[in-house]
Amino acid sequence: MDIFIQQIINGLVLGSIYALVALGYTMVYGIMGLINFAHGEVVMIGAMVALSVVKALAASGLPVFAVILIALAAAALVCMAIGFSVERIAYRPLRRAHKLAPLITAIGISIILQHTAMLVWGRNYHAFPPILPASAHEIFGATITSLQVAIVLIAGLMMAGLMVLINHTRFGRAMRATSENPQIAQLMGVDINKIISATFVIGSALAAVAGLMVSANYSIAHYYMGFMLGLKAFTAAVLGGIGNIAGAVLGGILLGLIEALGAGYIGDLTGGFLGSHYQDIFAFFVLIGVLIFRPSGLIGERVSERA
Amino acid sequence: MQHSRLSSMTLAVAAALAMIGCGQKEEPKPEAAPVAAPEAAKPEISVAIGHVAPLTGPQAHLGKDNENAARMAIDALNGQGVEIGGSKVKFTLVAEDDQADPKQGTIVAQKLVDAKVNGVIGHLNSGTTIPASKIYFDAGLPQISPSSTNPKYTQQGFATAFRVMANDVQQGKVLGEYAIKQLAGKTVAIVDDRTAYGQGLADEVEKGVVAAGGKVATREFTNDKATDFAAILTKIKSKKVDVIFYGGMDAQGGPMAKQMKSLGLKAKFLTGDGACTPEFIKLAGEASEGQFCSLPGVPLDQMPGGKAFGDTFNAKYGQIQLYAPYVYDAVMVMAEAMKRANSVEPAKYLPEIGKTDYQGVSAKIQFDDKGDLKGGAISLYQVKDGKWEYRETIGGAPAAPAEEPKKDEAK
Repeated sequence: MDIFIQQIINGLVLGSIYALVALGYTMVYGIMGLINFAHGEVVMIGAMVALSVVKALAASGLPVFAVILIALAAAALVCMAIGFSVERIAYRPLRRAHKLAPLITAIGISIILQHTAMLVWGRNYHAFPPILPASAHEIFGATITSLQVAIVLIAGLMMAGLMVLINHTRFGRAMRATSENPQIAQLMGVDINKIISATFVIGSALAAVAGLMVSANYSIAHYYMGFMLGLKAFTAAVLGGIGNIAGAVLGGILLGLIEALGAGYIGDLTGGFLGSHYQDIFAFFVLIGVLIFRPSGLIGERVSERA
Repeated sequence: MQHSRLSSMTLAVAAALAMIGCGQKEEPKPEAAPVAAPEAAKPEISVAIGHVAPLTGPQAHLGKDNENAARMAIDALNGQGVEIGGSKVKFTLVAEDDQADPKQGTIVAQKLVDAKVNGVIGHLNSGTTIPASKIYFDAGLPQISPSSTNPKYTQQGFATAFRVMANDVQQGKVLGEYAIKQLAGKTVAIVDDRTAYGQGLADEVEKGVVAAGGKVATREFTNDKATDFAAILTKIKSKKVDVIFYGGMDAQGGPMAKQMKSLGLKAKFLTGDGACTPEFIKLAGEASEGQFCSLPGVPLDQMPGGKAFGDTFNAKYGQIQLYAPYVYDAVMVMAEAMKRANSVEPAKYLPEIGKTDYQGVSAKIQFDDKGDLKGGAISLYQVKDGKWEYRETIGGAPAAPAEEPKKDEAK
């Protein structure tokens, strides 16, 4: 039984990590209908910057909490600057172009970001300094670290915060208007360029949070880490219904649970015929199933009121 | 108007960025030299040695390490002023990136064949070496892999395929025995990353465990890009094993050892050469303490030319990651064969590689009829105070360079 609970916790933590990244994908998609494939790389840069700052401050004697906050602030600033410039350089000029064009520039940007990070931080793996307490809490014989609890909570908090921002603020109303029809929104006095820039900046700040959490949890950062993470988070966003904030979190957690339970039990259930290498196949199998019966994901695909 | 100006500016920025990107990528590729013209016709002939390893992607740190060693060997050869067939030879390195991806491996292999290099050192991974070896064989191009340990590589009957490291049949047997006898394990869980290397080694370890009277409780799988192993480790926890073996690279092995600890697994962690690096300790942190790994060959400070090599390498390129001494030897073995054949033409010097009897940095290098290293030794290490500490060497006789390697250890 404790093994089962442990697998649920594993899935929940992994799923919350996917959810953190998926929120960034889904927000940009919700407003612009654009899949920002560079988002995974922004997460990676967030992780790298946070890690460098933590490394530099680890010996400074500052309290751990302050170090983490400074690292987060630095990562968020860098990521926001990148998000802002990426939108200006790669997406805004193509806003009226064919839908495929920004998709291609997104892939291009992601390659550029990856290789820039390789030049700045090198090809080696970076270990996150062990400043956080490694002690694990026991729940029914299963273990979970404080950081993992924080990850699950932060994923939930960020989801709630975004939903409030989009549904209950003036700025959110402008976002929804832009998403519905940019031209009309503009006629109504909404500065859509500002709104879209802001969307990218907020999405990139979320990426910085995700980057810090991922690298602290696995205590590893590498210039290539954004690729797989981005792919999985994108899958999670599609599973939940891309463009939908709650859907991103639901999709992320579902994907995490499927992977953990798949890896944990698929071997025993099939008598060793299928092993844990089928965990990804299992996850994508569920994705295909969901898309056949609900082509727009588990909960719609639109932002807020259009859902 | 403003819009178009902005987009042209954007284009310029994008182009500049792209150029920066490309420029960097091109950096480690010196010009491919054409195949040497008939000797003696020119006073100086140019010999291009191809080198393939992952220079981008998750294993880029190991690939760059290999490339640096190849570069060091080429510089040393050029410094010696080697003469072949009466004319002075200038060696150049054609470094390619296979991203540790079997598909990319065959593409760059073909590229090297088309560029008419004189020989190939590489690839780093078994998964890329095996498919590429067919292309080199068809082109009659000699290939020496410094680090591919999957037995299949030399079992395909390709006369062009050689390696300077003991293969996984030897390593797997030693690891399996070690897990049961020295680590006093009764049951073992085996995890691999589903690459030709990880899977191949895991299969051999399983045989070794069974042969030593142990039991394999479960086999679990991950991939060479993964970072989360909580699910498979939790499953292993339910099987209550004594030893966990991981067949794969350091980027997965390190986090795996760490997650093992945070899940409260008390089993001993044992891994092969791919994770036997300083990087593993860095990534696993305190969880690396007391864990074990194996590496074909002997420790650098026990290698015949190890200390001098290490000092030179570290001064020039920074700390050795893993396979650098083997890459250096592979280049030297190829150059020696060219010298003995008095030719740089692949067809002419290929037979000489098989007759190699060379005292390298890593060991005394002789090949059997398949192209495998004769009498390869396997050494075991344990992490103590944040460093890999040498435990013992099993098989081979490389510590005493003059001694003849034992024949029975070769297979």
